[in-house]
Amino acid sequence: MSFTGHLFLGLLEGGVSGLVIALTAMGLSLVFGVMRIVNVAHGEFFMLGAVFAWYFSSLTGSFYPALVAAPISVALVALLADRFILRPIRYAPEPTIVATIGLLYILQQLVLTFYGPYARPVAAPIYFRVDFPWFGYSGYKLVVAALAALLLAALWLVVTRTRLGLYMRATQQDREIAQAFGVPTERVYAAAFALGAVLAAIAGVLIVPVQQAHYLMGLDALLLSFMAVIIGGVGSLTGTLVAALFIGLIDGVMSVFFTPTLAKIVASLLVAFVLVLKPMGLFGEDRL
Amino acid sequence: MSARRITRREAMKAAGALVGAGVLTGISGTLPTLAPTAAAQASTPSGKTLRIGFQVHRTGIGAVYGAWYEKTANAAVQYINETGGIAGRPVELVAEDDGTDPKRGVEVVEKLAQQAKVDFIFGTLFSNVVIAAAPPRAGELKIPYLVVSEGYHVPSGKMNRYVFQPGITDVHAQVTALVPWIVKNLGKKITMVFPDYAFGYDHRDFGGTTIANVGGKVAALVPIPPTETSFTKYFPQIPRDTDVVYHVMVGPGVLTFVLQMGEYFGARKPKLFGFIDSLEGVDMASPGLDFLEGSHIWEALPRYADGYPTRYETFYRARVGVNASGASQQDPKNVSTYSHMFGVWETLFVIKDVVEQSGYEKPGPEDYRAFIETLERFEWFNEGNRHPQGAKKFVGRLHQAFGQQFISQVQSRRLKVVDRTRIEDGMYKPEGDYTKQPL
Repeated sequence: MSFTGHLFLGLLEGGVSGLVIALTAMGLSLVFGVMRIVNVAHGEFFMLGAVFAWYFSSLTGSFYPALVAAPISVALVALLADRFILRPIRYAPEPTIVATIGLLYILQQLVLTFYGPYARPVAAPIYFRVDFPWFGYSGYKLVVAALAALLLAALWLVVTRTRLGLYMRATQQDREIAQAFGVPTERVYAAAFALGAVLAAIAGVLIVPVQQAHYLMGLDALLLSFMAVIIGGVGSLTGTLVAALFIGLIDGVMSVFFTPTLAKIVASLLVAFVLVLKPMGLFGEDRL
Repeated sequence: MSARRITRREAMKAAGALVGAGVLTGISGTLPTLAPTAAAQASTPSGKTLRIGFQVHRTGIGAVYGAWYEKTANAAVQYINETGGIAGRPVELVAEDDGTDPKRGVEVVEKLAQQAKVDFIFGTLFSNVVIAAAPPRAGELKIPYLVVSEGYHVPSGKMNRYVFQPGITDVHAQVTALVPWIVKNLGKKITMVFPDYAFGYDHRDFGGTTIANVGGKVAALVPIPPTETSFTKYFPQIPRDTDVVYHVMVGPGVLTFVLQMGEYFGARKPKLFGFIDSLEGVDMASPGLDFLEGSHIWEALPRYADGYPTRYETFYRARVGVNASGASQQDPKNVSTYSHMFGVWETLFVIKDVVEQSGYEKPGPEDYRAFIETLERFEWFNEGNRHPQGAKKFVGRLHQAFGQQFISQVQSRRLKVVDRTRIEDGMYKPEGDYTKQPL
C-alpha cells in the first residue's frame, strides 16, 4: 500500500476515534467545568451505554430503540448517583474522587454479575462497506463519526443558546453569585451530571456495533477522556474537542506508520509536556 | 466478637461438609450399626475431604474462559463424587478468582497453599498469569500446580518440578501438527497475527520455525496487544501478496478483529487459518462473521457435536451442560470455550488417577514426592469418559500431554471438521527434563 494509502487510513481511523473520544470527553469536561468534581466513574457510563444498547436491541430486535432507551437509562443511573452519592457529600472534591472510584467498581461488578464476562455483539443498524483504492472501510464507522459531529454541534447550541446552558455557564463562573441571581444550582448540578453521563452513554451506544459490549470497556474511554480534558484545559469545552481530535489523529497516524504502542507512548508524553509547560491545559482558564 | 464469628464459620463449614459428604456418611459416623453396604461404599465417598485449589479467571480479560472452566470443574467434581470420589474420599473445589492478573495470581497461589491448605492447585489458563505464579511460588511452596494453559512454558523446562500440564496439548505441539497442513493446503506465504505476550510468542516462534521447515515463508509478523479494541490500523502491516493470514487472538476484542479484517480486505481477501482462540465463547452466527465463511479453524475439541461423535464426547458434553452447537443448554446464546475447557475435566481425572496410584494422603514433602514421581511415570491416558478429547501421550520429563488436533472449515456459519492430525504429528524434539530437578 502506498504512502498516501497509509496516511489516509491513519487520518480516517484517527478522525473517527477522535470524534468518539470527543463525545465521551465532553461529558467529563462538562461535569468538571460546572461542578468542579472529577468523576472517575465516567468511563462506566460509556460502558453502561454499550451494555444497555445490547440489552434493548436484543429485547426489541432493533438498534434504534436502544439509541434512545440506553442513554435515558444511563441518565437515570447518573441522577440516582448524584442524588444519593454526590449530594450527600456536598460535591467536596476529594471525597467525590473516592466516591466515584467506589461507584466505578460497583457498576462494573453489577454488570459482571447480571450481564456476565462476555463481549456481546450488536448488529450495526446500517451496514455498508466503502471501497477506497487502497483498502475497504466500515461505512457504519463513518456514520458514527458524522453523528458524533452532529451531537457535538448540538451540545454547543445547548451550552451557548439555551437557558440551561446559561445556568451552567453561570454556575461554572461562580456558584454563589449564580445562586444569588436565582439559578437553581443543585438542579443545574444534577442536570450537568446527567448530561455528562448521557454523552458518554451515546458514545457507548454508537460504538457497540464496532466494539461489542464488555464490562471492562470503560477504562480506555476514561483514560482517553482524561487525556483530552487535561490537554485541552480543564473545564474548556473547545479545548477538550481540539485535544480529543488531536489525540485521535496522532493515535491513528502513528499506529499506521509505526506501532499502536508507540502512539500511546507519544500521547502520554504529550500529556506530560502540557502539564509541565501549561499546567492549566492549552485552552484552560488561568485561575483554579 | 471474633471468637463468636469463628464459631459461626466453623458451624457453617461443618454443616457444609455434612451435606457434601452425604447424610449416609454422617449417620454411619455416629451409629456404627447402620454401616453402609459394600455397594454404597463404592459410590459414596467418605473420609477426609480432598481439597483441590482452583485458580480461576472469574474476572479480567480471561473471564469468559474462567466461567466455562469453572462450570467444567464443577461438573467433573460432581461426577467424581458420584462415582466414589478420589481414593474413596470426597472432593471439594476451593475456587479463587485471580482477575486474570499475574500479580493477583501469585497471591492466589499463596492463599490457596498457605491459608486454605489445599492438596493441589490447578486450572490456570492465561500464560502470563501461569508464568508469574508457577516458578516462584508453586516451586517455593512445593505444591503440585497443574495448569490448563496451552502455553509452551511447561514443556520448555522453564517452570519447575511441581508444574504440570497433563490435560491439554501445548502450542508448540499444536503448530507442529498444523503448519504442514496449512502450507500444503492453503499457501506458502504466511502472515502471522498474534497477541503480544507469552502465548502469542509461542505461536510466533514455533509457527515461524515450522513454516520455514516445511518450505513456507513468514511474510510478516503482526503482534497485537491483548487489550486492543480496534484493529484496522494493524492491517496495513499485512503484505498484499500474502497467501494466508494465520490469526490467533484472545480477549474481548476478537469479534471486532474478524469484522474489521472483513471490512478491510473485502472480496480481495487472502486465505485465512485461524485458531479457535479467536472465536472461543463467540456465536458463529454473530453479525460480521460471514467474512470467515470458507476459512479454516483449528479446534482442539470440535464445538459442534457432529465433529467428533464418540460416546465419551457425548457423555462429557451432556455432563458439562453443553448442547450440540457448543452453547449452554440453558442459554443457547452463551457459547462455551469448548476447545479449552475439556483440559479442566481431563486434568481432574489425572489428579484422581495419580492420587489413587501414588497412595497420596495429605500435603507434605513425602506424599507430594509420591504424587509427582507417579505422574512422571505415566506414559498414556486412554480415551474414555475421563479423557473425552481423545487419548493423550504423556511425556514425564516434559510434564506435558500430547493429543490429536482437529481442522474445521466454516460452512454455513457452522464449524465442520475436515481433517484431524495424529498425536505423533505434534511431537517435537524435547528441550526440558524436569525429572532431573531435585524435589
